[in-house]
This record gives sequence, C-alpha cells and structure tokens, in this order.
Amino acid sequence: MSALSAADLLQMFLHFMLMSLLSVGGAITTAPDIHRYLVQDHHWLTDAQFTDSIALAQAAPGPNLLFIAVLGWNVAGPLGVVAAMSGILLPSSTIAWAVARWGRQRPDHPAVRVFTNGLTPLTVGLLLSTGWVLSQPVLGHGRPGGVLLIVLTTAVMRWTKVSPMWLIGLGAVAGALDWA
Amino acid sequence: MPESAPAGLRRPAAPMQMFWAFSRLALQGFGGVIAIAQRELVDRQRWLTATEFLELLAVSQVLPGPNVVNLSLMLGDRYFGWRGVVASVGGMLLLPMLVVLAAAALYGHWSDLPQVSGALRGMGAVAAGMILATGLKAIRGLHKNPLGLRLSLCYAALTVVLVGALRFPMAAVVLGLGAVTMGHVAWRLRQGAST
Repeated sequence: MSALSAADLLQMFLHFMLMSLLSVGGAITTAPDIHRYLVQDHHWLTDAQFTDSIALAQAAPGPNLLFIAVLGWNVAGPLGVVAAMSGILLPSSTIAWAVARWGRQRPDHPAVRVFTNGLTPLTVGLLLSTGWVLSQPVLGHGRPGGVLLIVLTTAVMRWTKVSPMWLIGLGAVAGALDWA
Repeated sequence: MPESAPAGLRRPAAPMQMFWAFSRLALQGFGGVIAIAQRELVDRQRWLTATEFLELLAVSQVLPGPNVVNLSLMLGDRYFGWRGVVASVGGMLLLPMLVVLAAAALYGHWSDLPQVSGALRGMGAVAAGMILATGLKAIRGLHKNPLGLRLSLCYAALTVVLVGALRFPMAAVVLGLGAVTMGHVAWRLRQGAST
C-alpha cells in the first residue's frame, strides 16, 4: 500500500468517474481499462494484486462491483476505497436515477414500451450467456462433479424454494475435496 | 404516486425494511447478486412481478453502471424517493463491502492452499447454475411481450449465441440486436394500433 498524494487520489477519482460512464454491461466490463490505468500506467498495483482482487470479489458475497473497493483498498487504504467507489458510482447512478424518473412518469409512452419490450428478450439471453461463461472454467476442469453441481443448482433454483446458501456450501465442500 | 399493484404484490413498509432486505440478498450473493435478487424481490418479498423485474433489469443493463446497483436504485426511488435510494443502494453495498475488505485482508494467508482454490471453483459452479436458473425463470417475464413468446425466445437464443458462444462484446450486441428488437416491437405496436 503506497502513500498516494491528494492529487493522485483526485486523479484516480476522476478516472473512475470516466469508467463509470463507460461501464455499460456492468462494472466488470471496465476491468481491462482499469488494469491499464492502475498497473501499467501508474504502477500502483502489481499484476498479481490486480487479478487476486477480482477473484476475491467474485468469490465473496455481494455485487461483483466490489472488486473496485478491493482495488481502491490495495492502492490507498480507506481513502482509496472512497475515491474508487464514489467515482465508479456517482455518474452512472445519477443517470439511472434520471432515467428511472423520466420513464416512470410516462409508463405508457410508446418509446418506453418499445425500449423495455425490445430489450427484455436480450436480457434473458444475457443471463443465460453469463451462466454459460461462468460454466466454462468448471467444464474446463473436467470433473463430472462440477457438471453435476451446475445442473443440480439450476434445477433446484428453478423449481424449488431451497435456500441457495445450502448449494453454495455444497459447492465449497465439493470443490475443496476436489470433486468438482 | 400510486403504483398499479397486480394481485398478490406487496410494498415495503419503510426505507429501513428495504435496507435490510437488500443487505440480506447481497450477503447471499456469492458469485453475483441477480439470481438472489430475483428470488428475494419477486418470490419472497413480492415487491415486483416477474415481468417488472425483467424490465427493471433490462433497463439497468443498458444504462452505464453496475446492474444490481441501478436496479436497487430504481426500486428504492419508486417507493421512497431519495431515502429509498440511500436505503437500497446502501443495503446492497455497505455490509458486503465490509465483508470483502475483511476477506482481502485475510486472503494473503490462504491463497496458496489448493483447498481454497478448489472451494472457489466449486462455488463458481453453483454461481453458474444460479444464473442459468435466473435466466430460465425470467422467461416468465416474456409472456406479455408484444413480440409473442416464441419470437422473444428466438431473440434470447440469438443473444446467447452471439454473447455466450461467439463472445461478441455485449455493448455491441445490445446496441445492434437491441435496435432490431426495438424496431420489431415498434412495428408490432403500430400494427396492433391500426387493426
């Protein structure tokens, strides 16, 4: 953890604000550019620190966006968290808020109906695509237990009300024992 | 502003209730929160119908910013204005952030153990299954689409091929194919209006 000057922190805050405006499809889509900024250009983090930060945030509970908090922490401690998180959230949240208000005042506006009904089929497709992409490392590892775990989880979550925490626990144990 | 409430739908009583509901769902969200959000908001709390959830998620995805934060923000604003926004986004981020920073502080000690990486991989398999189930459940939200269920599913399948299999950039697919589907919906609505 290096000591960043106030000017460095401000610059990081502004850079994350820019990333926020570009983060269509979620914060994780900006990861390549954030890597360029933090690791290559400024050497505030090593390559391994960057990769570990993302893996950790993916494994921990909560939105994947929290990898930004971990990066901020590793760069500059608590102030780094504040600079990175407020930067990544303020611009996009302001836009989302404005759009939500505009749309809700005009729920029957043709443009609102076209926009939402045109995009919902794609959203279903994107959810299934994310499932596909997340399945790849498990399939690549080549254990039948991993495939079974994916199928079992899909079925249980789709058709029952069993808490997903049981499945997460099962997945962690199966993985630790190298069954998955 | 009165919301049209379909039968069986409830609304949160106070911002604090939203804070705890979002904390609860975020803390269960290993490998992503959307699957849990659908379960908690649609099935358990019944604050949203399956269609409303899918519509909010669709809008959240095309706007810049983290999908789940945009979704929390829109839902919080709908019920309690800015207080709802603070409660829902705060619930989504505050406690999970403390957890992940604590994990980051501890991670260095464990990162070399094969059991740890194995457990992460096993949890990744569960996360994949959870998001697949979310996609299957979200199909319920397509039944009222002006395109009809069959055509909506064709577009969903095409999205899976482009983004999942061929790895086209999501922004390009949403803008390109999204323009096609929106044009198709506009055409259908105009057809419906003229007959």
